[in-house]
Amino acid sequence: MQPVNPVTLSPWAPGLFSLALYTAIVVGLLALLLILTRWLGEQKPDLEKARPYECGVIPTGGAQFRYPVPFYLVAVFFLIFDVETALIFSWAVAIEDLSWLGWLQISFFIIILLVGLVYLWLKGGLDWRPQSIRKALPPRS
Amino acid sequence: MSAWTLGIVLLLIKLLVVLVVLLLLAAYLIYVERRLLGFMQLRLGPNRAGPQGLLQPIADAVKLLTKEDFIPAGADRVIFLYAPALVAGTALLIFAVIPFARGWTFRGQEIPGVVSDLNVGLLFILALSSIGVYGVALGGWASNSKFALLGAIRGAAQMISYELALGLALVPVVMLARSFSLVDIVQAQARLPFIILQPLAFMIFFISAVAEMKRIPFDIPEAENELVAGYHTEYSGMRFGLYFLGEYVTMVTLGAMLAAFFLGGWRGPLLPPLLWFFIKVFIVVFALIWIRATLPRLRYDRLMEFGWKILIPVALLNIIITGGVMLALRR
Repeated sequence: MQPVNPVTLSPWAPGLFSLALYTAIVVGLLALLLILTRWLGEQKPDLEKARPYECGVIPTGGAQFRYPVPFYLVAVFFLIFDVETALIFSWAVAIEDLSWLGWLQISFFIIILLVGLVYLWLKGGLDWRPQSIRKALPPRS
Repeated sequence: MSAWTLGIVLLLIKLLVVLVVLLLLAAYLIYVERRLLGFMQLRLGPNRAGPQGLLQPIADAVKLLTKEDFIPAGADRVIFLYAPALVAGTALLIFAVIPFARGWTFRGQEIPGVVSDLNVGLLFILALSSIGVYGVALGGWASNSKFALLGAIRGAAQMISYELALGLALVPVVMLARSFSLVDIVQAQARLPFIILQPLAFMIFFISAVAEMKRIPFDIPEAENELVAGYHTEYSGMRFGLYFLGEYVTMVTLGAMLAAFFLGGWRGPLLPPLLWFFIKVFIVVFALIWIRATLPRLRYDRLMEFGWKILIPVALLNIIITGGVMLALRR
């Protein structure tokens, strides 16, 4: 644990102190807006009004339905690629020091990443057309 | 008065001015957008409240504040109530690391033209824009409405997909500036703005940022003719207003980010730095409004395929090529 640097607490330096104060003001402002809207708005609860809007038709079933798998897959792909983006960033900031060896290593890494993307592509993980999704589903009997 | 007290007072004034200008810009951006869209579609747009409709944002704010704060039946109350603040809050916080002027000198002390010069500023921006996704996903999920959930799922998938391209497009900027701090990035553009060195990265960043903001042509999460309003269907009053505010503050911060990353920040000939910064922001914002008035909405499969099959591979190749050229040209 490092001792607190007096420069970071100085109001003149654009450091963490300034950021903390700005964050506090933003949070305070949002809290004020949320309290004001609750306090100023007229409350007239009504059974019909409280129903979720579905173009005037009375809703059937819950709204927390099961959603298509491709959305879940995208989240998984994102996780993999985002971690790798973090690694690429850490190379980018030190590009001059790492020189050609670093470039070769990151190029190798990026090419593997691209091969992975092509594999996803060929497997149909990036296909969003309705036909291809329907094809992937088991046939209805 | 001691230097510390004076510093605190000046800092508070600076922060309040930044925040008020940011909020006013966002509020008037709504007016400017409606007005410009009106002109582009051969109609007048809002022109009733005040001269030329200039008081419209104030009328809107009063109306939003006095509307009923409605919570639909079966909603997850806590998440429903606070999700909009997440969107507006992250949008406002992103501006903290963007340099907007060279800075001023007051009684021999430097007043920097940035709220906070973090040494990980760029990562801070990426992290906050990721947290913004939660506001959309949670708000839509907690509404207990089918339209809202569909909008939220689409929005989350779209935003995380384009976030990859957004991050990868910034890697060449980091390589050229060799720093994550936005002040250093602007400093590195003293001779040449990065848009000249990296036009491809600029294009990828701009397109992905439009998709991150869910604006036309990427506004499928709130496509009004199929999903009513998407994830904010059930919101009313200022909570709806916060989603809206977040969206328009993001437009301003996107202009500021593009200025800092690619257009040379507050740098420019003749005019004062602050003015150059605003000019660059307004050019980006006008381009966004123009795009909205011109382009139709993309189909969902086209949208996802464009992000994954074109933007991400191109951005990755751009990184390899830029790195090679930079090392080859090194002195």
